[in-house]
Amino acid sequence: MIISKKGVSFRWLRPFNTLNIGLILVVILVGLALLAPLLSPFDPNIQNIQERLLAPDSQHWFGTDRFGRDLFSRVLYGARPTLILVSLVILLTVPIGLAIGIFAGYFGGWVERILMRLTDIVMSLPSLVIALALVSILGPGLMNGALALAFTSWPSFARQARTETLAIRNSDYLSAAKMQGITGFRLIFGHILPLILPSAIVRAALNLGGIILAAAGLGFLGMGIQPPAAEWGSMVASGSRVIFDQWWVAAVPGVAILLASLAFNLLGDGLRDKMDPRHDK
Amino acid sequence: MNQLELKKVSVSHVQGLQSNTVVHDIDLTVEAGECFGLVGPSGCGKSSLLWVLAGLNPHWEGEITLFGQPLESGKIFTGDRRRRVQMVFQDPYASLHPKHRLRRTLAEPLKLLGLSDINDRISEGFKQVGLTENMIDRYPHQLSGGQRQRVAIIRALLLEPKLLLLDEPTSALDMSVQAEILNLLNELKANHDLTMIMVSHDPDVIDYMCDHAVTMKAGRIDQEKRYV
Amino acid sequence: MTNKSSLVDVRGLQIGLADGTELVKGIDFSMGRERVALVGESGSGKSLTARSLMGLLPDSLYVEADHFQLLDHPVLTYGQRQWNTLRGHQVSMVLQDPKYALNPTQNIGRQVAEPLVLHQSMSSKARVEKVEYMLDAVGLPNPAKLRKMYPHQLSGGMGQRVMLAMALINDPQLLIADEPTSALDHAVRDQVLALIHSLVEERNMGLLLISHDLQQVADYCERVMVMYQGKLIDHLAAEALPNATHPYTQTLWSCRPNIAKRGQPLPTLDREHLETLN
Repeated sequence: MIISKKGVSFRWLRPFNTLNIGLILVVILVGLALLAPLLSPFDPNIQNIQERLLAPDSQHWFGTDRFGRDLFSRVLYGARPTLILVSLVILLTVPIGLAIGIFAGYFGGWVERILMRLTDIVMSLPSLVIALALVSILGPGLMNGALALAFTSWPSFARQARTETLAIRNSDYLSAAKMQGITGFRLIFGHILPLILPSAIVRAALNLGGIILAAAGLGFLGMGIQPPAAEWGSMVASGSRVIFDQWWVAAVPGVAILLASLAFNLLGDGLRDKMDPRHDK
Repeated sequence: MNQLELKKVSVSHVQGLQSNTVVHDIDLTVEAGECFGLVGPSGCGKSSLLWVLAGLNPHWEGEITLFGQPLESGKIFTGDRRRRVQMVFQDPYASLHPKHRLRRTLAEPLKLLGLSDINDRISEGFKQVGLTENMIDRYPHQLSGGQRQRVAIIRALLLEPKLLLLDEPTSALDMSVQAEILNLLNELKANHDLTMIMVSHDPDVIDYMCDHAVTMKAGRIDQEKRYV
Repeated sequence: MTNKSSLVDVRGLQIGLADGTELVKGIDFSMGRERVALVGESGSGKSLTARSLMGLLPDSLYVEADHFQLLDHPVLTYGQRQWNTLRGHQVSMVLQDPKYALNPTQNIGRQVAEPLVLHQSMSSKARVEKVEYMLDAVGLPNPAKLRKMYPHQLSGGMGQRVMLAMALINDPQLLIADEPTSALDHAVRDQVLALIHSLVEERNMGLLLISHDLQQVADYCERVMVMYQGKLIDHLAAEALPNATHPYTQTLWSCRPNIAKRGQPLPTLDREHLETLN
């Protein structure tokens, strides 16, 4: 007789993990944004006053807004500025945050004090308020919105990079590399960066959800990309005037924001489970 | 000839703004070609002293003469001196970069020195320490502890050091693997005209390996012993 | 339970990964109230075997056996809840490194008392007395003061004594020690092993001592089991070790360096030859 103890198998559930679901949602999102001209039945900016504020039907799947524009088309096109803005923010913040964090952790002493105090100061600023202030100085628009959001979102990367650099600064393999004559930027980029990068990517993916919300917030307040171009935040804002009678005008872009944010959060969670050895099963 | 001479050397650990002296007034000489042992319980300062000799801790006072030239306190090693002092670390699981293939770990310093036929040197090194060449393109986590320690030994030897520092090179290994590594070190010492300094908490290992040893206690030399 | 009944009786124990890789390939052994050493290199499966006796294997591994009894309990079918009534009570374990095994945020007294809280009901005063008695029994000075100290204030040897006090406080019948000295200084190793030996002897317990250093554990055990690549390849009385016939056991016995072996190479394993024996 063989007695045995095996875990109950949920193998069939394995493909449905957070990472895959997040990945599928993000791919769908990017795909919709890229293929918007092919998929949308109407021009998103053509106004048709006769058809304003129609409820969803077979012709206008998500209904129309108060200028009679097709909401389905506008939501599809609205994914574009959101994704562009989010990518710009990540491209700006990750390198800056990593550089500041690694330098602070590696050099220590005064370099660390100055860089980390700077990080603390920026971190203590309320990010959306500062972004709004910056946009009102720079003028509204996609690029300025990205700059404004980037300005306040790099500190979390810097802090994490510094902590991780500190943890490996005295490791044997870095000491060994130094003994072999590897120093300076070669050590930082060739040896430290590869160890810090995975967690920075995870953090970026997790932050994306928040950045999407912040971008929508800017749009809602009229500080993002300007009308008549479709943007989810400003679409919610214009829909909110009629939210009690024609709820779908605000709800459709709102759900789009929710799903996009959720997609990146799932992706980030899944990446963390995969890349972080501490989450080993 | 003396490879290394220490006179009244004290070593401090500096962390942030705090400094803590852990080794006091050490005098010792290491002759060329000998295996010199540093024994003592953990916390006796033997590893701290080794890290100074490795050029990894510049916070020391006193006089150190290495290869006939005086060292300057407060400075890290550069140039030829950096190359001629190499070390094998205690924990083979922590001393190889986890995200670099072995080939990169081994080749990078040679490239920096501008040496030619790097791949030949690496394969030659693999043969010397008894590893098969198909391991060159693996990552450290794909190797056993003993294999990693062999790679760490090649890494040190590829730079053709005159002084090889061994920081408890076998204390993280199985007894049977320890025997293999100690045999290898003895073989290399005979073939390469190496001077070795070995730190260990195991007096048996020092008795077996060394020609000359000191026992340290609370940062000072307690006993000196020469084997015939 | 009588003294003669066996503490561990295992036949055909297999441990492996979910993908089918076998790590422990069907081993049989039993032990009573005696001191047994389980010796082998890293990767030989000795630690996995020990952990299976504590129900501490990760979920990613499967365990199979024809017969698996621990203190007459059919533990292979046990869930965590049933294990918890055994572990730390009738069977306990000492791990390799006290630095990682002790909780840095709790004082020593609280950690040593924890098995008592879990398995016995007694007044807190009696508990304190028992803790101090145990700390004294493992040779630690000034138990009353030590009780209030934190793990980082102790040396490795003291930490391992604390682990022993914790393991023995419920007077278990079987103690499993997984490389209890390999994180310690050489000078302290023999002290800790001698202490384990005398405590186990006094309490008439069973001891399964896991190590890679055959010579060192031989003095403290009656029997030795040798593992290689997931199999028990040799099994002999400790006195018979100098005359061991298996080449693997011979090499493990003689590979330790000492002053008498200066100038000659140490015996090493002929791994290719061992493959053919397997």
